[in-house]
Amino acid sequence: MDKVKAWDKKRTLDFLLNNAIYIVLLLLVGVIIFMDSSFLSVQNFTFIITQASTRMILALGVAGLLVLAGTDLSVGRMVGLAAVVSASLLQEPEYARRIFPDMPQLAIILPILFCILLTTIFSTLNGLIIAKLNVTPFIATLGMQLVVYGVASIYYDAVGASPIAGLDPKFTKFAQGTLPLGPISIPNLVIYAAITTLIVWFIWNKTKLGKNMFAVGGNPEAAAVSGVSITKTIILVSVMAGILYGFAGCLEVARTGSATNNLGNGYDLDAIAAVVVGGVSFSGGVGSIGGIVTGVFIFQVINYGLAYVNVSPYIQYIIKGLIIIIAVAIDTRKYIKKK
Amino acid sequence: MTNTNYLLEMKDIEKEFPGVKALDGAKLYLKPASVHALMGENGAGKSTLMKCLFGIYLEDAGEIYLNGEKVNFINPKQALEHGVSMVHQELNQVRQTRVMDNIWLGRFPSKGIVIAEKEMYEKTKKIFEDLSIHINPKEKIENLSLSQQQMVEIAKAVSYQSKVIVMDEPTSSLTEKEVEHLFKIINKLKSQGCGIIYISHKMEEILKICDDVTVMRDGKWIATQPAADLTTDKIISLMVGRDLSHRFPPKDNIPGETILEVKNLTATYQPSIQDVSFNLKKGEVLGIAGLMGSKRTEVVETLFGIRKRAAGEVVIHGKSIINKSAQQAIKNGFALLTEDRRQTGIFGVLDIKFNSIIANISSYCNKLGVLNGKKLDGDTQWVIDSMRVKTPSQKTLIRSLSGGNQQKVILGRWLLTNPEILMLDEPTRGIDVGAKYEIYQLILDLAKKDKGIIMISSEMPELLGITDRILVMSNGRVAGIVNTKETNQEEILRLAAKYL
Repeated sequence: MDKVKAWDKKRTLDFLLNNAIYIVLLLLVGVIIFMDSSFLSVQNFTFIITQASTRMILALGVAGLLVLAGTDLSVGRMVGLAAVVSASLLQEPEYARRIFPDMPQLAIILPILFCILLTTIFSTLNGLIIAKLNVTPFIATLGMQLVVYGVASIYYDAVGASPIAGLDPKFTKFAQGTLPLGPISIPNLVIYAAITTLIVWFIWNKTKLGKNMFAVGGNPEAAAVSGVSITKTIILVSVMAGILYGFAGCLEVARTGSATNNLGNGYDLDAIAAVVVGGVSFSGGVGSIGGIVTGVFIFQVINYGLAYVNVSPYIQYIIKGLIIIIAVAIDTRKYIKKK
Repeated sequence: MTNTNYLLEMKDIEKEFPGVKALDGAKLYLKPASVHALMGENGAGKSTLMKCLFGIYLEDAGEIYLNGEKVNFINPKQALEHGVSMVHQELNQVRQTRVMDNIWLGRFPSKGIVIAEKEMYEKTKKIFEDLSIHINPKEKIENLSLSQQQMVEIAKAVSYQSKVIVMDEPTSSLTEKEVEHLFKIINKLKSQGCGIIYISHKMEEILKICDDVTVMRDGKWIATQPAADLTTDKIISLMVGRDLSHRFPPKDNIPGETILEVKNLTATYQPSIQDVSFNLKKGEVLGIAGLMGSKRTEVVETLFGIRKRAAGEVVIHGKSIINKSAQQAIKNGFALLTEDRRQTGIFGVLDIKFNSIIANISSYCNKLGVLNGKKLDGDTQWVIDSMRVKTPSQKTLIRSLSGGNQQKVILGRWLLTNPEILMLDEPTRGIDVGAKYEIYQLILDLAKKDKGIIMISSEMPELLGITDRILVMSNGRVAGIVNTKETNQEEILRLAAKYL
């Protein structure tokens, strides 16, 4: 009997530990609601998922690289580059301080595609450096972070070195608009994030690239001797990441209405943090889209919720930092063999 | 030029790595519908030759013909597409993914860009059924036992429907029953006209399953003969280039009084060891035998304090002690040479000096915690001299030494801690025949110096050759302890199966 009890106790403890991150978050949300019950509203929920949308897209990009046992520190600067370039090309024709006053009004799709192309080139370069020159991803993308920031800043300086505003309303509406669906209206951003998530889920789970990505991240030698090209896989995943960064950068500027070269600063670490909280392993080969969605959502709830109840931003940093550490410590626990 | 009677011809293959001529005129001729053993000591170039065939390495010179056609694969993908597949020595698997993902990796069945999950499952099931393998294709690799993982690798190599299948040490983690199963698979492949290149160190297997034997030494081709004309001794003498009538040094250690008593040792995290009891005498070599998975390693690891123990007592010289960590164990006079040299033995990127002194580091510190360089040099030199390590200098990186010399450095590392009880887990694994003899000699010399030695080994002749007593583990429990002089392989195997 005692043995059974001890076993149950152990199982309960295991369950609690394995789900500790969710328990902590529920408690946190509980405390926020307790402090201000108005937190629990449809409007707040809409705010949270809207804000989470661009982060979701970035997280999906960087998550692929993490599954490859890599990382990407250049995400934020790629967002900045896409933001300044797209903003400068998509200003209202009537805007007094238009950077290119004589440029015809472009269909918004063209600058967006151009920015996606730009970030994809830089991201592909990351991939080439990692795959061909065997530079560790941390260093390669740290370097690329500086390069991309430099490029974005030079451009920003060249076009006037002041916040690029007066965006084409079609462009801002592209991000800020909503899709009415009966009594509720769904923000466009949420729709984009949802579609992107579905596409990336499909690639991860249903295509060769997805399978190869997990194989290369899990055991590169095994992948190589099975005829998988490691170089090709790394580059394709980098291309996918670049596309997502560019898209997210354009959405981010359209959402906020103006851009400087510093837009996106720190987004990389936010994205990586959300992804690892969502259970993607830093050592590669492990991760799921569901986990990433959860991770991103959790972070946004904390961000928004803590601000909502007026917790000092400095304390918010501490709470977020602890959550990252606890989440990964608990996650790692599952993979450590007990001796 | 070419003789189309052969399925595969490898002629005068040369391959040079920085500082080493790994292959020097190596050759191999494989007939269709035959099993061809490729033999040689570790470092003889067998795996290198196979990696040249498979496109993992590119040979510097030489020619390869497949079905009389000249080929030159630049990557494994090409080799696989031309009907050459390989069971790798290291289990090359993506542990986090499912069995079927591993089998079809690099050639997933798909419709357009979508992977055909169902087809993949059905095909895997079919392959397993054909080979009578009972593994769920949807199970994750990490949840399989080592031998199941190996069977998956074998099934994968077979599934390419290749004409040439290379098996590099395919039986290293298989039980005898599974080896039989593998032999059935091999015979089936043979009857379908496949040529199989079989690399193994297990002589009995070679003589049982193989038609021809090619022996290599130092990257060179030495001989190719029908297996029927060969004996174990003949193969060994071809491999080492000299007659090795004395595989073991003369045993002249004399066991004395009991120094260690282990009573009912049980590990915390089961399945593991249960109720293990034995004693060890001064100057004695106690062998531990057992099948794969019989928890032999767990015995020494629990003694050494790196596995948690739930119950049991360890008594040294009449005093009960508890090793809760490796540090404590070392203080109590234990030393453990671990099983997997590359993973837990050597610091590959560091030099011999570092590798020699690391377990004993605190004894080189003065009061301020600064290391005494002269003493470090002196002790490193002692390791090199007394263990007869062949190295140009103390500064040589340990990974550039042969397996045998690496093992000598690690043995020396432990002797510097001045242990009373030396636990050696597979001390001669991956070491060539000549170096094995030297390790045996070192072990016996240590016994003569009154050390108590526990030696785990999977090689029966070695246990019978140098131990005084043999403890046989079966499924985590002690199946029996026998006197080496009065036992034989059959008795040990019978004991090993006692609790299965």
